[in-house]
Amino acid sequence: MNERVDQAGWRSLPIGGAILAPGNSALYETGSWRLKRPVVDMEKCTHCMLCWIFCPDSAVLVTRGRLQGFDLDHCKGCGICAKECPVRCISMVEEATVRERA
Amino acid sequence: MIASPSRLERKPALANQRLASLSGSLAVAEAMRQTNPDVVAAYPITPSTLMVEKFSEYVANRLVDTEFVAVESEHSAMSACVGASAAGGRAQTVTSSQGLAYMWEVLYVAAGLRLPIVLHCANRALSSPINIHCDHSDTMGARDSGWIQLYAENPQEAYDNALMAVRIAEHGDVLLPVLHTQDGFTVTHSLERVELLDDKTVAAFLGDYSPAHPVLDTRNPVTLGAIVMPDALFEMKRQNAEAMHNALRVIGEVGEEFGEISGRHYGLLEKHMVDDADLVVVVLGSTAGTARTIASQLRVAGMKVGVLRVRSFRPFPTQELAETLRGKAAVGVMDRAFSFGAAANPLFAEVMSALYLHGMNVPLINYVYGIGGRDATPGQLASVYRDLALAASAGSADPMVRYLGLRGP
Repeated sequence: MNERVDQAGWRSLPIGGAILAPGNSALYETGSWRLKRPVVDMEKCTHCMLCWIFCPDSAVLVTRGRLQGFDLDHCKGCGICAKECPVRCISMVEEATVRERA
Repeated sequence: MIASPSRLERKPALANQRLASLSGSLAVAEAMRQTNPDVVAAYPITPSTLMVEKFSEYVANRLVDTEFVAVESEHSAMSACVGASAAGGRAQTVTSSQGLAYMWEVLYVAAGLRLPIVLHCANRALSSPINIHCDHSDTMGARDSGWIQLYAENPQEAYDNALMAVRIAEHGDVLLPVLHTQDGFTVTHSLERVELLDDKTVAAFLGDYSPAHPVLDTRNPVTLGAIVMPDALFEMKRQNAEAMHNALRVIGEVGEEFGEISGRHYGLLEKHMVDDADLVVVVLGSTAGTARTIASQLRVAGMKVGVLRVRSFRPFPTQELAETLRGKAAVGVMDRAFSFGAAANPLFAEVMSALYLHGMNVPLINYVYGIGGRDATPGQLASVYRDLALAASAGSADPMVRYLGLRGP
């Protein structure tokens, strides 16, 4: 049902800007304008899942009840995860410094 | 607007109709009763008030099932219509002048979301200075909002347009909101002979509205109004242009179908003695009646004159208008609104473009008239035809823009 709107011609796009199936943001990279990214210290993390609950973009990656990291295609860098973390194991790091190092 | 006696004496064309003496406002209220929209959200403003006042009486008396939302502003009225229409209902509103201006940003939302809302409008001058009488500055201000715009000449056509607007808006090749309008006071408050269809015929004509993607359909969830970035907004606006283009055909088709049930056939243009005319006046709304009367008198005097009334301003029937005016000696275009700073005023700009695009260099004169409810008199129309005769013999017209009924220094 869903295709990326930047790949459809004007005649084939749904009219009125309607999105006819839910969840199409998975098709897009929406985190490109992030200024800070969350970085987790896995030694301190207790896998309490509070970051997963609070993340407004469902960008916390979890497998079998354990935090795996962050979906950086969709994380906007809001910092809510770092704020809510009870053991302060998430720090927000400037994108520019991370990208320089990469 | 001068009604000819023959029109008043005539019986309804078909047995499914009854005669009534109604103002344009009451005629539209009757059409709204027969349409029985799911939601009407409106805020009263002169001279459109009577439409919604009468309709709210129908709601109070349970003559309709409509959810009437007595909003606190026109911005809210149009917003409520957007919500109701997106939810899958038939939504309508009523307004004039400042009310239409106050709806402005939501007009674009309704058109962009492709919601077939119907707006019953009564033309009135925009402030400032404040004025409650008719000119077309209000609807011309909304001309690029993406709404279809139909202009009625008299109460009968206002009633007919109110019904046809629903079908045009909801047509699958269109899906655009429709504003249909009538001249404030001149039509809204003038009692005239109106032929009304019976409720059954109207119900069959309108049918049921089945929206493709109502947001209240929880089994098929859909998002409306999400942000669209530079990668797709262009394509979506191109779709709106196509829908408006399709409306040229659909307005004609619906007008023909309406003609079959009512005896009153409607096209994009109404031509009165135009075919063999040398001098033609192009006009919107009620002034066409006065122009026709004068044209008929001048015909008796031997002048080959005609009247071309534009019913659909958006979409504008560019090609048909140009073909109709081909070979004319001079054309006068009547604008009841200014487009300040433009080469010419709104209707004139359309006519001029149409003729240029079809390779025609006809002497043209733009008349601004009727501003703020200034009377458009028979004498003014006669002077227009006299001007046109001079322009025709000179082969040119200067000045191009002239003012009818304007006091000099």
